[in-house]
Amino acid sequence: MKYCLVVDDSAVIRKVARRILEGLQFRIAEAEDGARAIDACKGEMPDAVLLDWNMPIMDGYDFLRTLRQMPGGKKPKVVFCTTENDIAHIARAMHAGADEYIMKPFDKEIVASKFHQVGLL
Amino acid sequence: MTQADFDFLRTLLHLRSGLSLSLEKRYLVESRLGILCRRRGISGLDALVRRLRLDNDRELEGAVVEAMTTNETLFFRDRMPFDMFRDVILPEKLAANVAKRSLRIWCAAVSSGQEAYSLAMILDEIAPRLAGWKIEIVGTDISAEILERARAGLYSQFEVQRGLPIQLLLKYFKQEGDKWRIAERIRGMVDLKLHNLLESSEHLGQFDVIFCRNVLIYFDVPTKARVMAALSQRLAPDGAFILGAAETVIGITTTIVPDKQHRGLYRDGRSSRGQAPNFGFAFDRPKSLVESGSHI
Repeated sequence: MKYCLVVDDSAVIRKVARRILEGLQFRIAEAEDGARAIDACKGEMPDAVLLDWNMPIMDGYDFLRTLRQMPGGKKPKVVFCTTENDIAHIARAMHAGADEYIMKPFDKEIVASKFHQVGLL
Repeated sequence: MTQADFDFLRTLLHLRSGLSLSLEKRYLVESRLGILCRRRGISGLDALVRRLRLDNDRELEGAVVEAMTTNETLFFRDRMPFDMFRDVILPEKLAANVAKRSLRIWCAAVSSGQEAYSLAMILDEIAPRLAGWKIEIVGTDISAEILERARAGLYSQFEVQRGLPIQLLLKYFKQEGDKWRIAERIRGMVDLKLHNLLESSEHLGQFDVIFCRNVLIYFDVPTKARVMAALSQRLAPDGAFILGAAETVIGITTTIVPDKQHRGLYRDGRSSRGQAPNFGFAFDRPKSLVESGSHI
């Protein structure tokens, strides 16, 4: 079973994402900001990260840059999932090493499609 | 809606578009034609049927057909047919057509354009190899309204997130408010035409590749046979024909036959091959997609 870390400061979004991803047979852990997500990755590097952009303490963009520098940090497929829906943000995320990008609002079909794109399904 | 009105609409739809509606599809008729009634200020389905019966209004009949035949589609829908187009069909056709340097593709029932534009993006990714080639993608649909949508090439955030890799969104789309418009050069690769699959398609010419996916499922067996007979006449010798995953030609036609190696791919049965030739090479995947690790 693949392991996905859901990183979002909204408990509601984390709950919705958990339900969708568990339905897609992922094991889930949650983190409410980038700093806690880094700690989680030090404990166990996930196969996938579903990542919000705007969060307190460490945002998604800084998390991604830090993750990619960590030992084994190039392994996880990182899928941004954010309300930052403009082309400049998408390009910036991809340049920083994201694998896919979901513009909120999202549904199960979109998550499945994006995870499929990056070979997680 | 009375049973008589439902039967009248079923007959009308079958005659005009070949659409075969089972009795369980009554809810679909009520829901889609209910929207049409509201848009046109018609008081309800009974009033709509009365007008259709008495006025012989061809324009209104057309609107009913449009409302019932417009179906959602996706970019790179089901992915596999597009992988197959890129990795199997294209190398084969480019080798076979090297003398005439021309390739013609038909997307029958193109709807809002995603299938045709997906093929255009695949071709654009290998554009340097196609220098000097005449490439035509013809997309046809029975609905003038949906063709207008396809021509506009403007899609919602939801539509561009299902099936379309983010790299292709960045490369081929421009953001317009909360919508995304496909690049002019991709739109320019697709020739969109109004066409009813029940009518003669001789004027469209012959095609090396025909995509007709998730269309036959709406027809009864005699209509499927009629449509397939017409479509297969438009297939060039040794052409490739792609049907939807849930569709089959068994009991429908013998003029195209399943490829033994690739599900969903059919071959010109007249050439009695049913198997892809081995040209001894395959295309590399487009660099941008290889780098991203995505699949299309």
